[in-house]
Amino acid sequence: MADLIDVRDLSIDFDDRGTRIRALDRVSFRIAPGDTLALVGESGSGKSVTAQAMMRILPRNATIASGSVVFTPPDGHNPIDIVRLVPDGRAMRRIRGARISMIFQEPMVSLSPLHTIGDQVSEALFLHRKISHRAGMRETEDMLRRVGFPDPPRALRTYPFELSGGLRQRAMIAMALVCRPSLLIADEPTTALDVTMQAQILELIKSLQADLGMAVLIITHDLGVVANVAQSVVVLYRGRVMESGPIDAIFERPAHPYLRALLRAVPHFDMKPGERLVPVRDVESETGPLVETRKAWPADAGSEHLRVRNIVKSFTTRAGGFLIRREGPAFRAVDDVSLTIRRGQCFGLVGESGCGKTTLSKVIMRALEPDRGEVTYNDRGRTIDVVHASSDALMQFRRRVQYIFQDPFGSLSPRMTVFDILREPLVIHGIGDADHRAQMAKELMRLVGLDPRYLNRYPHSFSGGQRQRIGIARALALSPDLILCDEPVSALDVSIQAQVLNLLKDLQADLGLTYLFISHNLAVVDYVADEIAVMCRGRIVEIAPREVLFRHPMHPYTLGLLAAVPYPDLARKLDLGAVMRGAARRPEEWPAPYAWTDASAGELVHVGDGHRVRMQTANVREAA
Amino acid sequence: MLQYIVKRILMMIPTLLMVSVIVFTIIQLPPGNYLESYIAELEAQGESVDRQKVEFLREYYGLDQPLPKQYLRWVGGMLRGDFGYSFEFNMPVTKVVGDRMLLTVIVSFATILFTWAIAFPIGIYSATHQYSWGDYGLSFLGFLGIAIPNFMLALVMMYVANVVFGTTIGGLMDPEYIGKPWTWDKVKSVLEHSWIPVVVIGTSGTAGMIRRLRANLLDELSKQYVVTARAKGLPPRKVLRKYPLRMALNFFISDIGSLLPHIISGAEITAVVLSLPTTGPMLLNALKSQDMYLAGSFLMFLAFLIVVGVLISDLALVALDPRIRLSGGVAR
Repeated sequence: MADLIDVRDLSIDFDDRGTRIRALDRVSFRIAPGDTLALVGESGSGKSVTAQAMMRILPRNATIASGSVVFTPPDGHNPIDIVRLVPDGRAMRRIRGARISMIFQEPMVSLSPLHTIGDQVSEALFLHRKISHRAGMRETEDMLRRVGFPDPPRALRTYPFELSGGLRQRAMIAMALVCRPSLLIADEPTTALDVTMQAQILELIKSLQADLGMAVLIITHDLGVVANVAQSVVVLYRGRVMESGPIDAIFERPAHPYLRALLRAVPHFDMKPGERLVPVRDVESETGPLVETRKAWPADAGSEHLRVRNIVKSFTTRAGGFLIRREGPAFRAVDDVSLTIRRGQCFGLVGESGCGKTTLSKVIMRALEPDRGEVTYNDRGRTIDVVHASSDALMQFRRRVQYIFQDPFGSLSPRMTVFDILREPLVIHGIGDADHRAQMAKELMRLVGLDPRYLNRYPHSFSGGQRQRIGIARALALSPDLILCDEPVSALDVSIQAQVLNLLKDLQADLGLTYLFISHNLAVVDYVADEIAVMCRGRIVEIAPREVLFRHPMHPYTLGLLAAVPYPDLARKLDLGAVMRGAARRPEEWPAPYAWTDASAGELVHVGDGHRVRMQTANVREAA
Repeated sequence: MLQYIVKRILMMIPTLLMVSVIVFTIIQLPPGNYLESYIAELEAQGESVDRQKVEFLREYYGLDQPLPKQYLRWVGGMLRGDFGYSFEFNMPVTKVVGDRMLLTVIVSFATILFTWAIAFPIGIYSATHQYSWGDYGLSFLGFLGIAIPNFMLALVMMYVANVVFGTTIGGLMDPEYIGKPWTWDKVKSVLEHSWIPVVVIGTSGTAGMIRRLRANLLDELSKQYVVTARAKGLPPRKVLRKYPLRMALNFFISDIGSLLPHIISGAEITAVVLSLPTTGPMLLNALKSQDMYLAGSFLMFLAFLIVVGVLISDLALVALDPRIRLSGGVAR
């Protein structure tokens, strides 16, 4: 049978203010009808450019220098060389959305906020097929049902901002598939989603692929995703194909050093204690005299660093009242959470988006006022009551506690040079003179493995990983003791992720830092944390030392989260059943004694080895 | 939705009341009142003053009463449609304003339409052809439009109109129609004259709007949902019309609120230069001679326009943008 897509010697140039940069260099691959090909590589490797060229939606400054993309429609039409078509011409538009369609990484920004889901999903249908409005809407409804919308007729009338991230991505998929294309290009379709949602979306794409008999080109940097969906793999690095072939060959006998390095860079649960990830490119961290002048933790200060007791934080939705503002129903983002972080420990906090982990970290910073509860911080023997601290005490507290953010792009001001960014904390707290601050900025750069000569550059000239390192350097400027890391690596490629994780670990050991490490990725938390708490709907459901939690996970929610992590290992495919039994279900539907309702949420019960699990105590007594 | 509209309309009442207090205070700030400066002027010229008339007016308008009482009188009158009496013109304010208000409205609306008609296509062209020669050329013209002072453009245009088209200089109609009842010829004469002020007043606004529309549209054009729409196979023009243009409209609509007062107040100097019988020059005079009721009515009228303009743009936004309609407390 003829190949559906035959990409041959495709080269693409970018014009960057007069200079030509080769983004893609003689790339060739083929996709058979109904097959799944994964295009793997880190950001900037040319994966997305390849997909854009296949749809002819390249940015304006890109040109196809050479090569061909031959598309052979499975219904017996003549082969078409897409490269020879006019980008926005009629022939190309007939292919786009009808025969080849595409889904993107960010479901929120990929949908228009002003048009209903029904309008956007049905648009391609009315464009490519002669079909009556009624029949079209019926077909759209049917497609929405297939991708898992609980109430398709209602979904037709909703707007994207009314949906959760997972449902938005489902709407994107419905939009791409409504014309039954023969090829679906999925550009990082699950990168912006939680692991549990990722597992469900991958499964959905697979089952729809079988139903509709289409081929899939999946673009990803996550080898775990590749192992779970692909039949063959093409590895791209700096615009060139490093390796390609059927998936078992690629995973069992990775030939190219780049692929081998990529496989080693992913954290997994079978790592031996003390085993280090090997990043694709390592960074050299170097401490300097100013950074090393930190005083050691006093021996008599105690080992308890931060204590959080019974924190409750709820948000009220505003309901529109007539002249008088009515308070809507309150939503408890954090519900009675207690935890203790010991000095020098890395405390992992795991849960899906919306479980309240970020809200909790903001309460600890006192960026938010809790409704109830206590936060006590041990400042080298001096106790600070964070919730009731005066503004002076709070200022002091904030020198000791710093924050690393998820988004390396949004958390650095584009209008400040790196020097200004690193200096700002020192200026705010009035530490040192100009010389001292300049010296400190240089040392901080070396500390995170960046060249101090880059200090006068602006953030936009750095890559995502480098920016995240700048964020880390800024957090270290005040020599804090506790750092709250909120998803510090989830916006980064795996190759960069290992680099940043290693850096965080090294800094912790060198400087004696304490971390609260928030993430939705269990494998990442497993790599860095000493003790881990799993959070769900504002409550901690399970808390245990790292080895215990992963050896004997008990709570169905934890089990579900564990099952949702895709391994770069063909022998261990995702078990969607386990995901659905645990993480994807409502607390009321969990098996006894773990099920809970808002009225009776059970409590954390000690089960030995510092392991506590939330369950209904009445049931436990009955069982005993 | 209905509740929201009612709420917004009711909100206009306290806003206008507050404005009326401020307007009244500002008018009363300079020492004295119209009658006093009128008497002083007459006496300085050695003419006799009709004491009886002055006393009558003083009593009739309560100028001898404390300020809060005067204020209540003024506001109460306005509510009943009585805008008071212009001392300078010796007749009720409504009569003085009459035609001028109508002409102001005509010129203003023509200006708004002119602004939109020119700014829209040029803005879209500039954004979709960014950094092309067309974009550079139109941007240059736009900056020129912002930079040239209105009164200067007015003088140039008057000269051109007179020399090239033979239109009489100044005014909004040929002199023979002034004060005459409306006839077809009069309308024609008004149309013939009004293009100059429309172009003059509209130029700077148009230029500014082109810049803003271009910037907004450029932002939207680089968004991911535009790529999504292209990936569906939509033709380029339809993509532009349905998605980014629709998003860029939001700013355009929220502009309406500030557009009305901007055009009316920005037109004053031009109106003086072109000696247009609109309200601008009259307001200037009334403020200078402390013709309290006339000035007050004008200012209140402007405030009313702003409030109505903002209301219209808010309602249009609610109708067009589901994010505003469905979040922020407005129930479905």
